[in-house]
Amino acid sequence: MDQFTSTIGQPNITSILFFFVFITGTLFITYFAAKKSKTTADFYAAGGGISGFQNGLALAGDYMSAASFLGIAGLVSLRGYDGLIYSIGFLVGWPIIMFLIAEPLRNLGKYTFADVVAYRLAQKPVRIAASVGSLMTVCFYLIAQMVGSGALIHMVFGLKYEIAIVFVGAVMICYVLFGGMLATTWVQIIKACLLLCGATVLVVMVMAKFNYNPVELFAAAQAKYGDKVLAPGGLVSNPWDAISLGLALMFGTAGLPHINMRFYTVPDAKAARKSVFVATGFIGFFYILTFIIGFGAMVLVGQDVISGMDKGGNMAALLLAEVTGGTVFLGFIAAVAFATILAVVAGLTLAGATTLSHDLYVNVFRAGKANEQEEVRVAKIATLCLGVVAVVLGLVFKGQNVAFMVGLAFAIAASANFPALVLSIMWRRFSTLGAVFSIVTGTTLAVVLIVISPTVWVDILKNPTAIFPLKNPALISMSGAFLAGWIGSMIKRDERAESLYAEQKVRNYLGVSVE
Amino acid sequence: MSKDPDAIINSPEFKALVARQWSVSAVLSIIMLGVYFGFILVLAFDKGLLGSMLAPGLSVGIPIGLFVILLAWGLTGVYVYWANDKYDSAVNAIRQSLRRN
Repeated sequence: MDQFTSTIGQPNITSILFFFVFITGTLFITYFAAKKSKTTADFYAAGGGISGFQNGLALAGDYMSAASFLGIAGLVSLRGYDGLIYSIGFLVGWPIIMFLIAEPLRNLGKYTFADVVAYRLAQKPVRIAASVGSLMTVCFYLIAQMVGSGALIHMVFGLKYEIAIVFVGAVMICYVLFGGMLATTWVQIIKACLLLCGATVLVVMVMAKFNYNPVELFAAAQAKYGDKVLAPGGLVSNPWDAISLGLALMFGTAGLPHINMRFYTVPDAKAARKSVFVATGFIGFFYILTFIIGFGAMVLVGQDVISGMDKGGNMAALLLAEVTGGTVFLGFIAAVAFATILAVVAGLTLAGATTLSHDLYVNVFRAGKANEQEEVRVAKIATLCLGVVAVVLGLVFKGQNVAFMVGLAFAIAASANFPALVLSIMWRRFSTLGAVFSIVTGTTLAVVLIVISPTVWVDILKNPTAIFPLKNPALISMSGAFLAGWIGSMIKRDERAESLYAEQKVRNYLGVSVE
Repeated sequence: MSKDPDAIINSPEFKALVARQWSVSAVLSIIMLGVYFGFILVLAFDKGLLGSMLAPGLSVGIPIGLFVILLAWGLTGVYVYWANDKYDSAVNAIRQSLRRN
């Protein structure tokens, strides 16, 4: 193993075979889903016919991106314990979804979180503001995913970056355009199962070399690289930075449009609850697996080989698969990583297309008067446009440092979407002006502050010092959004909204409108 | 109990339902927030603590990190268990009494 040379980057027969099976299988599902998808409820929400367990898997699928699989395993392999801190941050938002928003989302909305915010407020201004928040979250997340996937596919399969991006875009558009939410959900479920199985097999193969005792593995890492790999390093140093990032992750998860949208695919609040429990369990399990995979790669592959292949360590899990299971297993894991990318991008595109058609076209432009066929047609046009935009963005941002965009997406979700959602559910006095103030303030503060923060101002724009000291703006932008919501509601009351609050509250808790 | 929404939300049964749901959600959210922010503040202020070794290959931070992950899942489980057991039956009772009137 001293002279380990990887075959990553060369065409791999197993990988191509597995990937071909995955594409064929999922396009087959899309074909059947297309026959069942006729109405808006089918296209946006799979007709509400997904079970709690299935939706839990699909939620986990939406959340476990290639970045969290390859990126976190890589982070652990190079920095040890810091990788665990990072993944814990991404998990703790899920209980918050359960306790505060899962049931109200299911009971009050139809297809988007803007349905809930606009439930008793003036439709047009609130929908326009909420769409801006949603679309910005989706676009930043999408850019990060597209750029990451192009680079990843280039590295793993040796395919040209541009071809990879166009291919991902084309397949993803097929899923969403023809199969709507039903096909997207099943792609997500299959991908989640493949990813969980692949990661579990990888962990079992690593553990077999250490008597199935993780402590032996950690001890081997400690012997090779010193105590520092088992101790926190530089990831959390400034407490204000840590709190601000923590807020973005904790409340941003609850404001991600593609996650919120999943709660409309289940029949009732009970299934919504169950799906969060299932999703949290699988995501937590997955993060524990990536921790062990990272340490396995650190010991069995070695940090020099991992960082020699890719500075960020993104190839750690793949190198480990090759070392433990040869090129066949490498091929399988690489195909799983590719499938992961496709599924996540499809989920994001569907969420964006739903915002464009349901919130902006139907409820703003047509003042709620579009019929089913018209709305489905617009949703499909929106899918196509957004798919093309995703490909173009992927090409435009080639080679750019886009890692901050995930943090930005979470910051906008926590600042623009989450406060408006919570205030509209819980506060009778929350008015139309308050909602618009809150969303606009949250979005603007999040974007402006991240541009003048160390993440962009220093690291990307190469200025010597940052104007705003925190790396993630959520502490200021989220508090600002709550404050702006309060100020707006105090300036202009909304009597109609206040009189509708009782009805909303009944429906929120009892799940039915009482006529 | 009448079917007027204002009357429903002011009824003692509904108020009790809201109060219980709110207290369960609030307590569980505060536990999660407290544990997570406690964890990162310990990281920010006292790195040595989580880095100290319990045994070869096992630092204090590893079981604590694992605990935070399991706690997050466990809390969602507690909520589901409570809601399926207590909350749903209270909701059904109110819905039935509305239907009878």
